[in-house]
Amino acid sequence: MTATHRSTDAPLLSVEDLSVELRVGEEMRTVLKQVSFSIEAGQTVGLVGESGSGKSMTVRAISRLLPEGAQTSGRIGFDGLDVLDLRGEALRKYRASDVAMIFQDARAHTNPVRRIGDFLTESMILNGKIGRKKAEQTATELLEAVGIHDAARRLKQHPHELSGGLLQRVMIASAVAARPRLILADEPTTALDVTTQAEVMAILKRMQQEYGMAMLFITHDLELAGAVCDDTVVLYAGEVVEQQQAKRLHHDPLHPYTAALVQARPDINQRADRLPSVPGHPTTAYEAPAGCAFAPRCRLAQERCRETKPELVAIGDHGESRCVRAVELRGTLLMSGTTPLTADTEEAAL
Amino acid sequence: MTAPLLEVRNLTKQFGSGRTLATAVSDVSFDLAEGGALGIVGESGSGKTTTARMVMGLERPTSGTITYRGEDRTAPPRSAREWKRRGREIQIVFQDPYTSLDRRQTVGDCLAEVVRLHFPADREAVRARVEELAQLVGLDDRQLRALPRALSGGQRQRVAIARALAAEPRVLILDEAVSALDVSIQAQILNLLTDIRAEQGISFLFISHDLAVIRQICDDTIVMRFGEVVEQGPTERVLDAPEQAYTQLLRDSVPQDGWDPLAGPARF
Repeated sequence: MTATHRSTDAPLLSVEDLSVELRVGEEMRTVLKQVSFSIEAGQTVGLVGESGSGKSMTVRAISRLLPEGAQTSGRIGFDGLDVLDLRGEALRKYRASDVAMIFQDARAHTNPVRRIGDFLTESMILNGKIGRKKAEQTATELLEAVGIHDAARRLKQHPHELSGGLLQRVMIASAVAARPRLILADEPTTALDVTTQAEVMAILKRMQQEYGMAMLFITHDLELAGAVCDDTVVLYAGEVVEQQQAKRLHHDPLHPYTAALVQARPDINQRADRLPSVPGHPTTAYEAPAGCAFAPRCRLAQERCRETKPELVAIGDHGESRCVRAVELRGTLLMSGTTPLTADTEEAAL
Repeated sequence: MTAPLLEVRNLTKQFGSGRTLATAVSDVSFDLAEGGALGIVGESGSGKTTTARMVMGLERPTSGTITYRGEDRTAPPRSAREWKRRGREIQIVFQDPYTSLDRRQTVGDCLAEVVRLHFPADREAVRARVEELAQLVGLDDRQLRALPRALSGGQRQRVAIARALAAEPRVLILDEAVSALDVSIQAQILNLLTDIRAEQGISFLFISHDLAVIRQICDDTIVMRFGEVVEQGPTERVLDAPEQAYTQLLRDSVPQDGWDPLAGPARF
């Protein structure tokens, strides 16, 4: 992730060889395998992938909210802190003032029987050690900053009285209240209407710029990631398969999986005879085969892809790809004329 | 020019009364041609699902008419027999593949039940028809013997489509049927729907909030907002040369290359 924001200082967040196993009954299941990426101060990094790819688990590891019994290895560094080793007061302080989370379902993450005002001021009073009156004043300003005009009235309302878009703005206000240096946004606009998504994204980006916050933005929407992130990390089966500048994601994907996702998505500007779909379904790290995890679904896979585990290799000077054919296939991944598409083989792989 | 398969005229649905009166759908009219695909696009609360429920016979319209092949279908069915008959005309596939299947019933039994209900036959004939349906939507024998929990989201949606097709309807309503699926799976299901329409000549009423998906599937499109039709016409025309500001706003809100949320219209 140093491709666009190279600086001499250490990044704000660095995830190094992070592996996570979760306990399921008697056994341990791998959900993340040696994930590495970093985020510079003020930068937005997109974490892209389908279900089971490990996006949310990565965020949970960073916010130290993994389920009980989870085993981690590797390192998460945050401005000199060793996040995985934080305990007690240090962990509380890290969660309260360094990182903040925004979840997909704002309704599930607000207390339905408490007022919006209580939700916003509670942590301010606890952490900021300021009085109720001052906290309410700050809450009003925050709501106005996220585009809620009648802030004073909203503070007295309960979550069910607010629409999804409004409630998500309240979540954003709550997340930025402590001026964290990193926002972890887990599909923050997925449940919203498209016009509301545009508004909420505008607010999020503006707050981020104003307060100079970095953001880890999780989404399954490649178009959205391409538009709002500086860099993107693509996850598949718990592994990073590609990372590069977000704006290049669509034109110059480096891994066959990313290319397949770009092509599978219908185009708002034109209808395709058939969508080049990807056969089979996304796998988790636990189910992934030996060799390349994507090989069973990849139209470009060869014998060696199934035999050897590919390493993440640098492609040019702006990205990395976990594909043994990445260098030879560079620039051809989106071509459909020269290589057969998988449109008619989807049943075969089911 | 043959008469449309489905004609909806001035459809209105109000809930509540007096001070709590809410108009969910207001004066909506459209035609669905035999073999056609009509998209209804709109945001939450626009009335698209209520419209679909009235067409299905799950809600009674406050006013307006619904006609199927020239016969009145405005009021919901009143008997089990009429429900069955209507079931062979119109079927629906819902958004959530996790809650729309019976978790205790194997996929094969689920399909066989619908086949037997609509087309009573001996075991062999039912089994043959179930296999035919499974093949049509790309499910194998192992999946036919499985319970829904053993299937992925995409596979469950294939089951839901097969179950709807088991009644051999002429109209299939798809209410956000691909919205919850991963991109790679969504493409499979969209291709499957295109094939089914071509092979079976079935008509689609395709409800979605996703303009790109609408473009891929629908010949004509209706844009709804606050219960009313804002704009309607051939999908290409509606999306490429919208006549209404709201349609343009919907289009401009879709993230794509060069999209900048901060450059959008200031609404706050």
